[in-house]
Amino acid sequence: MNAQELLRLADDELILGWRNSEWTGIAPFLEEDVAFSSIAQTEIGHARAWYELAANELETDADSLAFDREPDEYLCAPLVEMRMADDWARTIARHWLYETADRIRIQVLLNSVDRKVAGLAEKIDREETYHRIHAEMWAERLRDEPKFRDAVDELWPYALGVLPEEQRSLFCEAVERDESEAIERSGHTEGLRPLWEEMTMVRRSVPGASW
Amino acid sequence: MGAARGARRRGVIWEVFRQEREGQPFQHGGSLEAPNLVFAEAYAREFYGRRGESFALWIVPRESVEEVREPYVAEVFDRDYRRVDGYSLKVKLKEARERAGTSPAG
Amino acid sequence: MTEAEFEAYVQNGGQVEAGDAMPEDYRKALVKFIEMHGNSELMGVLPEREWILRAPTLQRKLALTSKVQDEVGHAQLIYRVVEDLGKPREACLDDLVAGKTKFHNVFHYPTKTWGDVGVIAWLVDAAAIISQKALLKCSYAPYARIMKKICWEESFHILHGRDVILTMMNGTDEQRELVQEALNRWWGPLMQFHGNPIPADDDPMFRWRIKSQGNEEARQQFLDGYVPQIWELGLTVPDPNLRKGKDGVWAYSEPDWDELKWVVTGHGPETERRLGFRQASHEETAWVRRAVLADAA
Repeated sequence: MNAQELLRLADDELILGWRNSEWTGIAPFLEEDVAFSSIAQTEIGHARAWYELAANELETDADSLAFDREPDEYLCAPLVEMRMADDWARTIARHWLYETADRIRIQVLLNSVDRKVAGLAEKIDREETYHRIHAEMWAERLRDEPKFRDAVDELWPYALGVLPEEQRSLFCEAVERDESEAIERSGHTEGLRPLWEEMTMVRRSVPGASW
Repeated sequence: MGAARGARRRGVIWEVFRQEREGQPFQHGGSLEAPNLVFAEAYAREFYGRRGESFALWIVPRESVEEVREPYVAEVFDRDYRRVDGYSLKVKLKEARERAGTSPAG
Repeated sequence: MTEAEFEAYVQNGGQVEAGDAMPEDYRKALVKFIEMHGNSELMGVLPEREWILRAPTLQRKLALTSKVQDEVGHAQLIYRVVEDLGKPREACLDDLVAGKTKFHNVFHYPTKTWGDVGVIAWLVDAAAIISQKALLKCSYAPYARIMKKICWEESFHILHGRDVILTMMNGTDEQRELVQEALNRWWGPLMQFHGNPIPADDDPMFRWRIKSQGNEEARQQFLDGYVPQIWELGLTVPDPNLRKGKDGVWAYSEPDWDELKWVVTGHGPETERRLGFRQASHEETAWVRRAVLADAA
C-alpha cells in the first residue's frame, strides 16, 4: 500500500477526530460527552497509527505528517472537514455515515497483501466495534427527528466520496440508500484552512521544538 | 437512595457495579442517567472501563435495587453459636491431650 | 437524632448515606458545597478545551482530550450526588448559567498560551487535588466514595502537566519564557484558590465533617509540595516575600482576598463569556435531551 493511500486514511481520521473533539465539554449531556470524547480520541489514535506506517515509508515521523504539511497537501475527504460543533443532528449523521463507510474499507484492508496494513486494520476494526454500536444507537434514537434525516440526506453525497468507487455499492446496501453523485476528494472545503491554522498554531509558534 | 426516588426523573438512573479483577466480588461503582439499556451499557463502559480498570460490569436500573439497612434489628438474645467467639476450645483440648498422653513437653 | 446527636455522630466518624435522615442545614450545606465542586469541574473544561484543538503533537492532543474528558466525568459523578440529595442536574446547570451559584476562582481566568496548559495541569490541578484528598474523609459517604475515583483519575493529570512543563523547560528559550509568563499570571489565583483562613470552630463545614482540612493548611501543603518543584526548574515565583520559615511554615505576600471575592461572585475576566458559552451550547442541544432523556424507553 502506498504512502498516499495511508495518508488518506490518516488524514480522514485526524480531521474527523479533531472535529469530534470540538464536542468535548459541550455535548448534549454529560454521559454522552464522555462517550463521544473517547470516540474522538480513538480516531486520533487510529490516525497516529496510519501516520506511523506512512512515516516509515516516507522517512519522517507521525507528528510531522500530521502537523507540518500545508493545507493543500492533506488528503482528507470533504465530509470530515465540515464544522458541526453546534449541530448534534449533523454530527451524528456524519458519525453514522462515516462509521458505516469506514467499516467497508477496513474490511477490504483486512485482506491487504501488506501484512502491516492488514494487522493494523484488524486492530482498528476491533476498536471500531464500539463506534458502530454508538452510531447505531444514536441513529436509531434520532430516526424520527427531521433534523437528523435532513442531515443524512445532505451529507450522503459527501459520505459516498469517502470511499473509492468500487466500494460504494456496498455502502449503499449498508445504509439502504441509492447511489447518487458523490462529492469526490479532489478539493478541500473552505473549512479546512481555518481548522489547519488553529490546529497548527502552537506547533508553528516555535518551529522544530519538542512539545 | 430514599431522597432520590421521589425526585422527578427524566432518563432512567442506572447503578453500575464493577468487578476489579476476574473472580472478585462486584462492587458498586456509581450511577448514571441513560434512556435505555443500550445507552446505559455504552456509558457504563466509558465511565467504569475506559482505563481497563474493570474486568466486568453489572448494570441495574435503580428501581430494581432494594436496599436493606440493618438486616437484623435489635439482636436481643445472644447468638454466639453463629460466631467464632462463641467457641472456647482451649481448656477441653488441654484435657483431651492429657488423657491421650500427647501433651506437648513442659 | 437531634442536631447535637447528629453532630456528635459525624464527629465520631459516623457516615451518612443518601436515604438517611439528616438535619436540613446539613443537607443544604452539602448541596451548596458539592454543587460548587460540580460547577467547577464543568467550568474548568472551558479554558482547557480550546487547547485540545491546538495541541502541538498527537500525544498531547490525546492526553489533553483525556484529561478534559475526565473532568466532564467528574462533573457527572458530582452532579449525581447532588441530584440524590434532592437538586436535579438541570436545576444546577440553570443556576450556574444564571450566575446564582459559584465555581472556583481559577476557572474565571483566560488561558493565553500553551504555557497555561502546562501550568494548569501541573499546579492548578495540584492545588485542587490537595482539597480533594481531604474530602475523602467527608461524613457524607456518597461524596467520599466518588472522591476516591476522582483522586485516582487526577493523578494522571498531574503527570501530564509535569511532562508538558518539563518538555518546554528542556526546550528553547521561547518555550521557557512561555512557562514563566504563564506562571506569573497564575500565581495570584493559585494563592487565592484555597480561600482565606477561617477558624475551624466557627465553621459548620468542620463541625459536620464535610470539610476536614483548613484553608491555610491546604495552602501550606501546596507550597510545601510545589514551590521546590518550581524552583528546581529555574523558574521564579512572582512573590518576593515567599520563603519557608525555620519552623517549616511558608511565608508569602497576603493574597488579594478582594480579588477572590470579586471573581467568584461572577466578575472574573472570563466569567460572563464562559457562562454565556455554556448557556448557548446548553440551549442548542436542548432538543437532544428532550428527544433522548425525556421519555425513557
